[in-house]
Amino acid sequence: MLKLSNIHTYYGNIHALKGIDIEVEEGEVISLIGANGAGKSTTLMTTSGIVPAKKGTIELNGEDITYLPPDDIVKKGICQVPEGRRIFPYLTVAENLDMGAFLRNDNDKIKQDLAYVYELFPILANRRNQAGGTLSGGEQQMLAISRALMSRPKILLLDEPSLGLAPIVVKQIFSIIEKINQESRTTIFIVEQNANLALKAAHRGYVMETGRITMTDTGENLLANEDVKKAYLGI
Amino acid sequence: MRWISILLGLSGTGAVGFFAVREIIMYPMYFFELFLGGLTRGSIYALIALGYTMVYGIIQLINFAHGEIYMIGAMTALIVATVLGMWGWNTAVIVILAFVFAIVYSCAYGFTVEKIAYKPLRNAPRLSALISAIGMSLFLQNYVMLAQTPDYLPFQSLIPDFQFWEPFAHIITSVEITIIITTVIVMILLGLLIKFTRIGKAMRATAQDKVMAALLGINVNNVISATFVVGSATAAIGGVLIACHVGQINFYIGFLAGLKAFIAAVLGGIGSIPGAVLGSLVLGISESFFTGYFWSEYEDVFAFAILVLILIFRPSGILGRHDTQKV
Repeated sequence: MLKLSNIHTYYGNIHALKGIDIEVEEGEVISLIGANGAGKSTTLMTTSGIVPAKKGTIELNGEDITYLPPDDIVKKGICQVPEGRRIFPYLTVAENLDMGAFLRNDNDKIKQDLAYVYELFPILANRRNQAGGTLSGGEQQMLAISRALMSRPKILLLDEPSLGLAPIVVKQIFSIIEKINQESRTTIFIVEQNANLALKAAHRGYVMETGRITMTDTGENLLANEDVKKAYLGI
Repeated sequence: MRWISILLGLSGTGAVGFFAVREIIMYPMYFFELFLGGLTRGSIYALIALGYTMVYGIIQLINFAHGEIYMIGAMTALIVATVLGMWGWNTAVIVILAFVFAIVYSCAYGFTVEKIAYKPLRNAPRLSALISAIGMSLFLQNYVMLAQTPDYLPFQSLIPDFQFWEPFAHIITSVEITIIITTVIVMILLGLLIKFTRIGKAMRATAQDKVMAALLGINVNNVISATFVVGSATAAIGGVLIACHVGQINFYIGFLAGLKAFIAAVLGGIGSIPGAVLGSLVLGISESFFTGYFWSEYEDVFAFAILVLILIFRPSGILGRHDTQKV
């Protein structure tokens, strides 16, 4: 469904992605794990068109989307929840969700989807008139995921959904991610430093080191792999 | 030492306060006139300051060419009104067309200035765009001077003295009340635009986080253009109104008006729309009292002294937010 082939991305002179190949099939949960600075977030930002690739191609269902501007990529059905959640701090929870549906005109279905995300995260319904900036970290992550869901994405890109959250909240978030994948058949691509959680949730995983993909396998096999255990699971 | 300075401060404030109260009680009408004059002045500042504050809110740039956009609005209205006047058109039609042309021209200039002078510098250091803005301001001033004339041009008031306003005209003229009412209407419309329309929501989101806005499918470049266009439109309205009030214009009027509106925007808290309106009214009214009760020739000195004081004591302005820098 989504296919990155030989992607090279630069920040100025820094060669952040050095020829990446990733393939995501419809309905899958894919995890990309790796250390700080490996280029995981850059992979997502390149896919979303924020930091366009210098070389290589990104295809969505066979269509080349490598050099589309970010808003057109969202129109194609790829929506990202970026690192740090990036909630609009002075918009209310309801307005934040409304921004997620910015490109849609089907008001009836927007209402349905709103009811769906409030059901997934009831706390958001309670806080709907509160400014986004006043939410706790966990609530902000829930809001960020819900906001992305409001765009009805075909592929949801999640950047470090566990970052800075209490373990119990992380568990809750991951169980909801799996629920979203199963209920609405949304394809999910997770970037995580928490390798254990990410690989458990994923069908397949990729391991990344300094701008290159070094390993790919099913989530279970990667969890069992000696090198992965040593480097990322601390076992 | 400390108590001496406190005593001096108190007695100074007391003296000024006593003087002010005495003046107000003895000549209440004068006080009221000054207040209304300040309100008119503040309304014009507000119409210009909105453009500064909206652009700053979205791309953190002080658009120093904004005063010129206001001047171009006034110039366009003058040309349209003169030509149509020579053709002997109906006054009401002339007024409407003068406003329409002024708004359209100013918007076109605002849009183009952004595309030429700021967009290529979007990712450059902030100082580059600021210098580009000052360059654009000088260019537009000189361009209008060469294309039109360096002299002052008489601007026949487009707003007639309303018959029904006659009984109140000695307190506040028809033109002044028109300026205040028009400003209130523009503010309400702008508030509705920002709060409820699609583009308004996109503007608020973009002002808070450009990358996130793009990740939700908002075309950030279009939103920035729209912000320049809206700001230019309100400045054009201000330009035409003030030209009616003052009765003459030249290529240079945008410079000082732009600076004053900039002070007002900083006073209210740059980036905040209610702040710009509040700052403009406070600046307009206090300027009016200062010139009315103290020295009118120090009017501009007073305004710039206010700027210096805000920058020293409250750089974020009256309604400004203390945004923590993202790491």
